[in-house]
Amino acid sequence: MVKLDAIQKRLIEEIADLHSVPLGAYNFRANGELAGRNTTANIDIVSKENGSGIDIHIKPGTKNESVHIPVVLSASGLKETVYNDFYIGEDCDVVIVAGCGIDNCGSQDSEHDGIHRFFVGKNAKVKYVEKHYGSGDGRGQRILNPVTEAYLEENSSMEMEMEQIKGVDSTDRQTIAKLAAGAKLVVKERLMTHGSQHAVSAYQVDLNGAGATADVVSRSVARDDSSQTFNARITGNAPCSGHTECDSIIMDRGHILAIPSLEANDVDAMLVHEAAIGKIAGDQLVKLMTLGLSEQQAEEQIINGFLR
Amino acid sequence: MLEIKGLSFAVTEEEKEKEIIHDLSLTIENGKFVVITGPNGSGKSTLARLIMGIEQPISGQILLDGQDITALGITERAKLGISFAFQQPVRFKGIRVQDLLRLAAGKNLSVSAACSYLSEVGLCARDYIDREINASLSGGELKRIEIATLLARQTKLSLFDEPEAGIDLWSFQNLIRIFEKMRSEIQDSSIVIISHQERILQIADEVIVLADGRISRRGSPDEILPELIGRTAPVSVCQKLQ
Repeated sequence: MVKLDAIQKRLIEEIADLHSVPLGAYNFRANGELAGRNTTANIDIVSKENGSGIDIHIKPGTKNESVHIPVVLSASGLKETVYNDFYIGEDCDVVIVAGCGIDNCGSQDSEHDGIHRFFVGKNAKVKYVEKHYGSGDGRGQRILNPVTEAYLEENSSMEMEMEQIKGVDSTDRQTIAKLAAGAKLVVKERLMTHGSQHAVSAYQVDLNGAGATADVVSRSVARDDSSQTFNARITGNAPCSGHTECDSIIMDRGHILAIPSLEANDVDAMLVHEAAIGKIAGDQLVKLMTLGLSEQQAEEQIINGFLR
Repeated sequence: MLEIKGLSFAVTEEEKEKEIIHDLSLTIENGKFVVITGPNGSGKSTLARLIMGIEQPISGQILLDGQDITALGITERAKLGISFAFQQPVRFKGIRVQDLLRLAAGKNLSVSAACSYLSEVGLCARDYIDREINASLSGGELKRIEIATLLARQTKLSLFDEPEAGIDLWSFQNLIRIFEKMRSEIQDSSIVIISHQERILQIADEVIVLADGRISRRGSPDEILPELIGRTAPVSVCQKLQ
């Protein structure tokens, strides 16, 4: 049984697209406490002994199952650090949906720092979706500082979708990945900042085995007086291939710093980076206005498409 | 009906004002398929952009069905029933073909309706409907999608700025077929095409020749074409030297 109030339910909808209790395994955390948990024959969720988080064990060979671990904070002044470890067995094919929603109507800061570690077994396939959302009109800040660590064994693959579109005042996101031979990592990050928000996103991807591949793509929009820093490094320690791309739209008085970087320690490492920052092109606005959209509607459509 | 009265437009180049359109007057009746031609730099594209409201004239008036639209912006003119196909279609990261068609139609277009517009411009709808309008599409594909957005809008006045530019020979045959079909179904709306192509000029009700921002000739294709054909551009060599 999941116990959530109306605000918490709305936050859950925003971060996990959930309107009811999901099928499969889940662990709901609300205002620092367990609000509901379900385990399945193949997926076990246990609280860490010191109470600092949970361990999720997925049995080898588990296919087409999902785990939802949403977190919501609706009380002002709550600060927590949670450690969640995922042990994904060999040959699995699973979807993991995480995410954090903060509603802060008070004057004190609310902060959730989720430290997620993924141990992905050989030949396993994982899709990880993480959404962050903030709401509430209090003076207290909504702060999220997630750390994601992924350790990919031989021929495993992980696809990460990270999205933070609205309402988070400050975020410092660190992502570390280490890939063994034949492993594959695809990261798709979508970020929008507004008001006076500040966001940092840093990646360190180590391609340690032959045939490892990584593709880290970030698209972001900085509006109003917000600022963003994107810092992605791919290190090739074996014959491997890596690509990182940072594509940003800057608006109003925004500030964007993009630092893609590459490090090769093997003659057969093939690494590429791209970065582009620019405002919305005038001809894009004009084209949509010739279809009958106002300038503001045209801007919304362009941003929505860009962050898809 | 589109009426243009005494329209002038100028740009500032190196602190000097250069007039591109001079005191131009023109009426395009409903149900007409009109092609505007002329040498490069004669002001054809500028005239189309002035009608759409992308550029603002320094003097003169533009009326649509008797309503003065000179002071209106692009959005208002689009809502009143003017549509515009760009010479170089714009690319959008993340916006799909079906999204653009839906925006053009101004309503929640069904996938099958969106597909029918694509089929009309000779694109296999299934292959294109979910594609992003980004650098992965060729110039010819973009051009046809651009025309499909005008088909989806179904406005009173459709402006096409050099639809043949950047289209390969095979696509060009299809393009002519599209315009022939549009002409046969024209009814109360009107179509204005900026073009250099003889084949497009041939299917016009009227051909207007622009030179140096003025109308130099206008008439049926039978009257105008013999003068134009056989020359490298629709002005004589002497005129060009001047």
